[in-house]
Amino acid sequence: MPRPDPRRRRLGTRVPSVVTNEKKGCTVLHLDGITKSYGGRRVLDDVSFSVAPGRLTGFVGGNGAGKTTTMRIALGVLAKDAGSVVLNGSPVTTSDRRRFGYMPEERGLYPKMKVAEHIAYLARLHGFGKAEATAKATTLLERLGLGERLGDLVETLSLGNQQRAQIAASLVHEPDVLILDEPFSGLDPLAVDVVAGVLQEKAAAGAAVLFSSHQLDVVERLCDDLVIIAGGTIRAAGTRDALRAEHATHRYELVSRGDAGWLRDEPGVTVLDFDGGYALFDAEDDTSAQRVLQGAVSRGDVVSFAPQRPTLAEIFKEVIQ
Amino acid sequence: MTITAPRTHRAPSDLQSIWLVAEREIGSKLRSKAFVISTVILVLAALASVVWGGFTANNLSGSGIPVAVTSQTQSAIAGLDGLEVTVADSDDAATALVEDGTVDAALVSGSSDASFDYTVVVKDNVPSTLLQMLSETPPVQELERGAGAASALRYFIALAFGLVFLIAASTFGGTIAQSVVEEKQTRVVEILISAIPVRALLAGKVLGNTVLAMAQIVLLAAVAVIGLAVTDQAGVLSALGAPIAWFAIFFLFGFVLLASLFAAAAAMVSRQEDIGATTTPITMLIMAPYFLVIFFNDNPVVLTIMSYVPFSAPVGMPLRMYLGDAQWWEPVLSLLVLVASCVVAIGIGSRIYQNSLLRMGARVKLAEALKG
Repeated sequence: MPRPDPRRRRLGTRVPSVVTNEKKGCTVLHLDGITKSYGGRRVLDDVSFSVAPGRLTGFVGGNGAGKTTTMRIALGVLAKDAGSVVLNGSPVTTSDRRRFGYMPEERGLYPKMKVAEHIAYLARLHGFGKAEATAKATTLLERLGLGERLGDLVETLSLGNQQRAQIAASLVHEPDVLILDEPFSGLDPLAVDVVAGVLQEKAAAGAAVLFSSHQLDVVERLCDDLVIIAGGTIRAAGTRDALRAEHATHRYELVSRGDAGWLRDEPGVTVLDFDGGYALFDAEDDTSAQRVLQGAVSRGDVVSFAPQRPTLAEIFKEVIQ
Repeated sequence: MTITAPRTHRAPSDLQSIWLVAEREIGSKLRSKAFVISTVILVLAALASVVWGGFTANNLSGSGIPVAVTSQTQSAIAGLDGLEVTVADSDDAATALVEDGTVDAALVSGSSDASFDYTVVVKDNVPSTLLQMLSETPPVQELERGAGAASALRYFIALAFGLVFLIAASTFGGTIAQSVVEEKQTRVVEILISAIPVRALLAGKVLGNTVLAMAQIVLLAAVAVIGLAVTDQAGVLSALGAPIAWFAIFFLFGFVLLASLFAAAAAMVSRQEDIGATTTPITMLIMAPYFLVIFFNDNPVVLTIMSYVPFSAPVGMPLRMYLGDAQWWEPVLSLLVLVASCVVAIGIGSRIYQNSLLRMGARVKLAEALKG
């Protein structure tokens, strides 16, 4: 059985657990009972979840599930019909939102501005002095791999590079809360790693990060917490590991040197796939699985025996049904 | 554990935010080649028309304004420069000189006004330069009242005020509208307003474009004044100096009014393609004074109305002042009307702007934008 690892570390820093966070009273963004309708059609229905500091929260859902609407409401650029957005126990104010970093769904920067100047301008709007803003923008853009393009106009960048600049725009003022709508879309695998690395750094520095993505493998690799939305309602929310445990099946994979045909006669075991020494099976419970392992060892060399943990894609498909 | 210390977020003051936005607006406009080239062309055109005006004036009138006097009225213009004086034998002879066009005006004896012992007789067009040279405005008798069209100079000056207003207001009004829609279309506005208040964003945009527009107006005015001085047109300069200064002041408030409306109208749409749908009525308001002043610059009633209506006052009032029609208090009153409407426009404009800015997609209806 997979269990949440209490000693998870990221970049040499302990990932704070939800319990630790609550004890310390850290910056927690909490959405409570958010409801939103467009022209009589309810797009969000009683949406509630938390985004914890020091942790990356993945926000997944199909097209039109309500991810962007939720994020825009959390940021305050869209009005909600009911519910509340709470930061550290009190409703979010305009000045709180200055501590938010936001990456909108539809990417946009001024096309005719130079990249570094643009990012520095946004930092200055957040109160940084000119020199400090320029230094921050330069460092961040270099970190994101745009060091060569600092003086280029935004419109001359490729889409992938504009995406990196957009991420810089959401990070340059060192926000405590990050709300990123599809930060990985349109990035090549190397760029995904760079951006993921930057987000992990921000989380390690204590920021609460909420990001949506369709790339479930990236979310699975990166996030600590997971929120799954479908049809405007939250279908699952919690730590990634707890969700996995909750949706774990007693499915195991056995690879042995001998023939695994005996498994078919084993009580409490359903063989799903079988080929010589390889078998994929569902066990009724842990005891049956342990019995199979002992049986396999007694019959010859076991190459591997492993529980088949459900992938995020499988969990996702299961909970949105 | 590398928990960062709680950051004190030094929020910039509203004034700082406004200036940052204004600075960006100015910087991005100054970097546009199209803008720089069109400004240079505008300045060259102003310079060319002033110089051309100087040549034609010199060719026509030689040393000054041709004026006929009699031995009785000669003392009234004693010591005045810029006049080409013809001494006629009698009042009738002087009037005849006006009729046949030899002189622009004649000073004849006798007056309906007790404080003057002479009357200025003109054909159809009062030479305001002459009237300004005289210490007090004397009674004027027009021989062919309303018969002829306005003089070339009157038309030319009316055209100049109208054209400069039209070009500057539509250039920078259009700029602010485009920049509002650009921010909306690219969604950069969502990032901006999570950093600064909406009203600071609007104020910064209006301020930045007003600074640019005023800079252009002052540049053109300076070119006109220096050009007139250099080409030795002291008469025109002394008559035009005050109207040009008033034009600049009127333009300042008139432009703030228009800019607020342009920003509001642009905020109601989400794409550059739709911008015309909401800004066309305001463009009409800018074009109206230009056409009115061209067609009606010899119609005192239309000019008087124009000089008080906020949108056309920047063109109408300076022109009336140049023509010598306006009492001293009239520009002040008209300016008060303009400032009051400017305040109202800022109020309505910022309301529409705030209510429409984050509404993407279809055009926001005016009633909804006002209601919020």
